Formats: sequence, structure tokens, C-alpha cells
Amino acid sequence: MTLELRGISKSVGGRVHVHSTDLTLRPGSMNVLLGPTLAGKTTLMRLMAGLDRPTGGRVFWNGQDVTDQRVQDRRVAMVYQQFINYPSMSVYDNIASPLRLMRVARDEIDRRVRETAEMMRLTPMLQRRPLELSGGQQQRCALARALVKGAGLVLLDEPLANLDYKLREELRAEIPRIFEESGAIFVYATTEPEEALLLGGHTAALWEGRVTQFGPTPQVYRAPRDAITARVFSDPPMNFKEVALKSGRAGIHSAEWDAGDLRDGRYLAGFRAAHLSLHETPGSVPLATVLDTTEITGAETFLHLRHGQDRWVGLVEGVHKLDHGQNLTVWLDPAHIYLFTPEGALARAAPYAAAA
Amino acid sequence: MDKPLNNRAWFLVLPVLALVAFSAVLPLMTVVNYSVQDTFGGNQFFWAGLEWFEEVIHSDRIRAALGRQILFSAIILAIEIPLGIFVALNMPKKGVWASFCLVLMALPLLIPWNVVGTIWQVFGRVDIGLLGYALSSLGIDYNYVNDPIDAWVTVIVMDVWHWTSLVALLCYAGLQSIPDAYYQAARIDQASRWKVFRYIELPKMQGVLLIAVLLRFMDSFMIYTEPFVVTGGGPGNATTFLSIDLVKMAVGQFDLGPAAAFSLIYFLVILLISFVFYTVMTKEQETP
Amino acid sequence: MTRITLENLAHSYLPNPSRDEDWALKPMTLTWQDGGAYALLGSSGCGKSTLLNIISGLLVPSQGRILFGDSDVTGLPTAERNIAQVFQFPVVYDTMSVRDNLAFPLRNRGLAEAEVGARVAEVAEMIGMSDVLDRRAKGLTADAKQKISLGRGMVRQDVNAILFDEPLTVIDPHMKWELRTQLKDLHRRFGHTMIYVTHDQTEALTFADQVVVMYDGRVVQAGTPEALFNAPEHTFVGYFIGSPGMNLIEARVEGATAHVEGASVALAHGYAPLSGKTQLGIRPEFLRLGTGGAGLPFALRRIEDVGHHRIVRGHVGGAEVNVIVPEGQPIPEAADRVIPDPAHAHVYADDWRVDPATQERAA
Repeated sequence: MTLELRGISKSVGGRVHVHSTDLTLRPGSMNVLLGPTLAGKTTLMRLMAGLDRPTGGRVFWNGQDVTDQRVQDRRVAMVYQQFINYPSMSVYDNIASPLRLMRVARDEIDRRVRETAEMMRLTPMLQRRPLELSGGQQQRCALARALVKGAGLVLLDEPLANLDYKLREELRAEIPRIFEESGAIFVYATTEPEEALLLGGHTAALWEGRVTQFGPTPQVYRAPRDAITARVFSDPPMNFKEVALKSGRAGIHSAEWDAGDLRDGRYLAGFRAAHLSLHETPGSVPLATVLDTTEITGAETFLHLRHGQDRWVGLVEGVHKLDHGQNLTVWLDPAHIYLFTPEGALARAAPYAAAA
Repeated sequence: MDKPLNNRAWFLVLPVLALVAFSAVLPLMTVVNYSVQDTFGGNQFFWAGLEWFEEVIHSDRIRAALGRQILFSAIILAIEIPLGIFVALNMPKKGVWASFCLVLMALPLLIPWNVVGTIWQVFGRVDIGLLGYALSSLGIDYNYVNDPIDAWVTVIVMDVWHWTSLVALLCYAGLQSIPDAYYQAARIDQASRWKVFRYIELPKMQGVLLIAVLLRFMDSFMIYTEPFVVTGGGPGNATTFLSIDLVKMAVGQFDLGPAAAFSLIYFLVILLISFVFYTVMTKEQETP
Repeated sequence: MTRITLENLAHSYLPNPSRDEDWALKPMTLTWQDGGAYALLGSSGCGKSTLLNIISGLLVPSQGRILFGDSDVTGLPTAERNIAQVFQFPVVYDTMSVRDNLAFPLRNRGLAEAEVGARVAEVAEMIGMSDVLDRRAKGLTADAKQKISLGRGMVRQDVNAILFDEPLTVIDPHMKWELRTQLKDLHRRFGHTMIYVTHDQTEALTFADQVVVMYDGRVVQAGTPEALFNAPEHTFVGYFIGSPGMNLIEARVEGATAHVEGASVALAHGYAPLSGKTQLGIRPEFLRLGTGGAGLPFALRRIEDVGHHRIVRGHVGGAEVNVIVPEGQPIPEAADRVIPDPAHAHVYADDWRVDPATQERAA
């Protein structure tokens, strides 16, 4: 099954929630909607599901126009941030409920419930009630209910946001496996870049109701089309610096590097936190900064830096206890620098991305 | 997050709208019809224009009833709202006692209105009523049949007994929805009991209080059954509120035209005052 | 500001606790220095909220004492403890302006209005809200509201400690960075004792000088982020800290060699014979992939690209094992071995780390 959005848009009371969007989700693909709160992720999902009617544009399934079809007739399943289960039913009955509504034969129901429970690792809890389960298990139960009916389109709206960090990590590692076993189109909304990377598949970056880029996840991450996509897809946030380009060389103060065959002018240089280093590496250029704060995670250290008016974040390996307020030289390999035009369009991708 | 907008949902409301139209709008139109015509029985109607409205507006009798009515509603609101809040604040928050209190509070609300009237009519009698007898034994000269003040006090106490529970239950529901963290923060800030009420409980109860005020205002402004059963509007006209007066006019005297005009004015007054309450109480919320 | 001591503290929600599992909080003794930044880290139900409630005075512990400085506050109500608290969901007085919110605790304590004004201006500057002082608190964003709750705590000069109860739960990822940095900055400049409760290891580790990891009502380890990462005393700490957590592989340890699935790897230290369940613990950061030859047999299942590194997931025997490979480093296509870095390989007996120097379990 292929899901195609053609010029879909949504406004409510004169305010545009989603601007005209074209998006094609291929059969059995994992698609991540990545963007901050209120970027339009939930609205877009509701349009895909048929819970809302688009203000403009049409929705197609396998080439067939389903824009006017009711959500009940569309074979979609949705999982929300809150763990939504029937509290008075056992886990078994919860999972069986969509099938009973579809009037599936009793032994067929039993077979499919047990199969799905096994996939979601819920078999030992089938006779318990949802509220006796941990948060992670409750969300698994909700997921099982979504998957059991064999929906062609499974929409997950920040399903892990209400879970403990560690549980989130575990379920996140499991979702790709569940997805592969189900064979459905998955659409997964999240605010966290790391989550998008872990899920793989394709990512659509969203910003203020617009899909800024859609493509294979690592490609969107390493070759963002514009500064906004790069910002949305970086945590810690991407660092930016205005630079001037003269006869093919860009420079930040004394640090200069070859910028290829770009036209001279002003550009915005962007680079990620993890690409800053405390040591000189072959080809890297020095940047003079002031250290505001450090944060130690055990394996790595976050550096909060000031460079003139700009605030940067660096992520370096190992534990570094550095005095706050000191002048600190950090090193950056020009191969990791993106150049954007002052309007924000990508002028030159970081050379390393092309190699990766 | 915005609520999803679904235009088809309006179709589901249609049957209700139709029902309301038949049960409310059509009778209302009949009343409008009567209010601008005169009839002498038979099926003869004469156009009377706004004559009845002028008569009603200038009628001393109706003005007096309106005055009594406003005074009554004002007293009812002034007693029941603070008392209801006070009761709600002092109800246990959880456990067996909470359920017990809820049941106890709900009891007066379950009694039919004319039964409430009858109970108090008997309760207040000096010869056989527990209240009346007790008061007169204590040497208090109490008689709601002869003394207008006593009649008023009886009707008001009866209404307070009957309806304060409603206000209390609404407020209780509002209070229950306040997260514990607020109380804890207030304790840390060393806020006094009064400030906790003023800055946490009252703002969080605003929504339910609006409903409580509107309900109690509309209900008390239209009160009929209980005072009719207890005092019959007397002594004299002391407890003749608008509804009682209206019924006297329409059924007792069969003045259909003036009664219809009266009804319409009555209806508009309620609408107007409710609107004023609503605007004043929600104004706070709108300014961010 | 003051030192906080928990002395043989324990709590049970039952009237007559008898068995071990009746205790929500098992006996613990801890000292928190004046001006330190501490984190209580654990999953839901581990007892961290119970401990927080005991510190804030909401709960009286079943046993033991809690001291602020040298004075016993075990039975003292919240209002008399001079603590401040920032909650999971922002608590602000909706009907008041930002200014009145900040002034509230001072006015309640009867401070002169001139002094109140001066303190409020100072704190507003600290939390960066000077320009919105006259706005109503109601319409503000979640992160601004959290700053107000923090400001209400810092406005008092006599505050003993500021408690944070998962304060970033409702904040967007990008704002989290900013708020965390500001918090850290405020701590450095004004030196309040801060206690931060969370289930999020990144928040705990980046915020605190010392992290107290709780598991099943017990403090399993209290230490610097570095110590928790490099030498987890309990397998739970190994699993809970780090992303992904520590790899734990059942092994037979003989002297300075660990035997796993017919293969063997060298350890940095020798161990005396161990009893009970013996596990080898190595963080994904300290495993290298290899093809053939030395190392443990590894079945590669999946590679996840997380940007600045990749997570290689697979199995060693029955145990799930993850390897972290930095960005830009190649992954051998036929990788079928993992080679541990002996300096970072730990041995656990019945879930507690065996210290090679003393040959004793951490517990």
C-alpha cells in the first residue's frame, strides 16, 4: 500500500496549521515526522488518518482517492502519547477488541491476539489489567491493539514521550523490529533527532507547518537542504557563524579554509556539536572561544561556548574539568562545515557527508 | 492544541435542536402571539400592540413582585455561594468519609420540590412542627403564617437547605481537580490559609462557580413550588414572587394578554441578568 | 544554605513493615554538602519521590533522622524547613503578575515592600525575566513558568536547599538545553544546595556533581558522573547509566581470564574464585569489533546510525551486546568478534562489582 498526499493543507479559523504538502510514503516504509512542538506533526497525522478533512488537497491510497472516506473504513491505527487502553478489560481483551468489532471468528481472534502479544512480549501479562502493568507494558498493549487488526497505516504520535528514559530507550530499539514484522507503513512523530536516527527509514523534517525536507534519515541528517532542517535535526542545536567568502576561501577570524567553487559573498557556516574538538587534528582550524559551562555525562563532556555574539555547544569525548570563564581554543575540521546562504538555503554540504 | 473541527458533527446535534424547537420555541411563539393581542373568550382575538407590555411595566403589583424577587435571589446567592464554598472546602478529600459526605449532600437534591415545601410547611408549624414548636417553646415569637419576616426567613432557610448542596458539590469537584503540587508550593511559600484560597482555590474554581451562580440565580429567580406550598405567597403578598404572581394573573384572573407580556419580560430579565453574570465572571479569564 | 544529612533513614507506607519488600525506602545514610549539586536518579517506583517528600517535609520517615546543618528537622513541617521546590508541572499563581509571583514568598513572610521590590528585581535579573515582570503569569510558556517557580525559591535569602522534581518533563528538547545551562549557571554563581530528582540520566549526569542512583528503594551507588560511568558498583548502575547501557555477559572467571562461550578474554586484574552468578560487564564504548581471531564470538544483528556514532547490535551467546563505533570509523563487514578493553572490563558477582584490589563485593 502506498500513501500519497497531494497538496494537502489545513487551516483552522484562518490560521494555517499545515501548508500545502506533497508526500509519498512507500509500502512497508518507516517514516519519521521530526519537528518541535506545534510544528504540525499531529495535524499531518490526523490528515493521513482521515480524522480531519484537509482544507485543500487530496489523499490517495494505492492511487485511489480516499479524502472523503471515513476513518473507520480506512484500515488505520493510531497510538498516542498517553497510554490509551480499556482499563476494565484484560490485556487479552484489549488486544482482541478491534477484531471483535470487525466480527472476526473466535479462533482466528485467539490466534492473532496470541501472535501479536508474542511479538510485543506481552504473553505473560495477557490476563492482567492494563493498570497493573508498567508504563512501558501499557504502551506495548496499546501498540498491540493498533497492530492486531493488520492496519495498512500505523500512526504513532510521540508514543514514548511519557515513558522513563531507560524504558524509552528499550522500546525504541524494539520498534524497528516490530515494524519489520508488521509490514505496514509506519509514521512516527517525535521531537527528538536521536529518536529519528535510531528508527532509521525516512524522515520528514517539519517546521512551522511545512515539510522542509523528506528523504532517507541519514541523508536528511548529513545533507540538510537548508539551515532550518539542520537546526531541527540537531540535538544539541547546530552551531552557526556568519562568514565571508573571498576567492574560494572562507574564514572565521584567522582560521581559513578552502570552500570549493562557491561565489564570493556572505554565508552562514553551520557545524554540529560533536565535530568540535579540544585537540588539533590534521586539517582542522582553531577557533577562539570563551567557556561558559561544562556538563559531564560520564563518557562525554558538553562545552557551552561563546564566540563573539554566538553561543555554541561542543560535545567532546572523555571527562574534561575545565575552568569556567576561561579562553578556550577549540578545533574544527572544515570537512564538517556546512555553508548556507544568508537566506538559509544550503550552498555547500559538509564535504565529509558526501564521503559518508 | 486545537480541538479537531468536524463539520459533520453538527448533523448529530440536529435531532436535539428539533426537539428544543418543538418544546421551547413553539410555546414561546404562542406566548408572543398572546402578548400582542386581546381576547374576550371564544376564539376572538384583537390586535393590542404593545399595550400589555406598557401595562405590565407600569403595574405597581408586578414591580413589587419583581423587587421581592430580586431581593430573594440576591439573598439566596449571598448565602448559598459562600456557604457552598465553605462546605466544599471542609469536606474530606478522600476515604469513606468523602463518599459518606457526598451521599449526605446529594440527599436534599433528590427530594421532589413540592415534597420539600410540604416538609417545611409541617416542620415550621407552631402547633405540630418540630422547628416551630421548638422555637415557640424557647419563647421566640415565630409564625410564618402571620409574620412576613418569619415567612421570608422560612422560605430562605428552606431554599438554603435544599440547594446549598448543589453549590458545594460543584465546588468540591473543582477543588478535587487541583494538583497536590499547588498546595505544596503554597506551603513552601508560607502562604496563609486565606491566600491559598484566594490565589489557588478560588481561581481554579472559577469555572464551576460560574455554573453554580448561573444555576442558582436562574432557579431562585423562577422559584414557585416551595413558597407556594409553604406560604401560598402570603402573608398578604409578602412572599408572592414573580412566578406566583404570574400564575395568579394567568390562571387565577385569566388575563392571558398581560400574563403573556409579563412572561416575555420575565424571560428577558433572566436572560439579561444571566448574561451580565457570565460576562463579568469570564472577563477575568480572557485577559492573559 | 546548609548541609543535609540523612541518618539511617528508612520509610514504609505500611503500619507494621516486616519483610524487606514492605519498605519503600530501605535504610540509608547520606550527607549532602552545603552548596553541592546533587541528583537522585532512578526509574519510576524506585523510591526517589518518597525520599524527596521526606526531605521536603511532606512525609515523616518511619525511622531515622534528617538533619539540616546540625538541627533535626525530621518532624518539622514543610513551611518551617526553608526549602524551595520546582515541580514536574509548572506551579504558578495564575491570577498574579510575574512580579507578584516572585514577591509572594517574601510578602508572606512580612518583608518590607521596599526590600521585596529590590529582591524581586534582583531575582528577575537572575532568571532573565526582568522585561516580563508586569505580565500575567497565566499566558506564559511552560519554560517561563518553570523559571518563575525557580525564582520563587531563589528570592528567599534563607533558603536551605532547592529541590527539583523532574522539572524538564514538559519542556521542548531545544529549550531543555537552555534551561539546563541556566540552572547550572545559577548554581555556580549563587551556590545554593540543589537536589534534582529525575529518571533521565542525561539530566542527572549533566546537572549534578554527585549522582545518587536508586534502585528498588536502595541507594546502589552515589558518585560523580565519571565514577558511575567508569566503575558502576552494581549491574543496575551499569545498565541505567549510558546509552545503550553496559553489556553484561555471563562468564566464568579464573584468575585474570574470563571464559565466555568457549572463548576467553584477558582481564586487567586477577580474581579469587567467585561464587554465585558471575558476569562480565563492559560498556559499548569499550568494545571493538573484529573478524576472526581473538575476542568473544559475536552475531551482528543490526547497525543504527545515531549521527556522531553508530550502535552495532548483536549477541554474544544468549546475551544482547551493543558496540559503539564512532562516526567515520569503518565497520568490518564480516565482523564476528568483539574485543573488550581489559582496563574497562569489570567482574560482577551476584550483581555487585568485585573490586580487584580488595577482592570484595561493593555491597
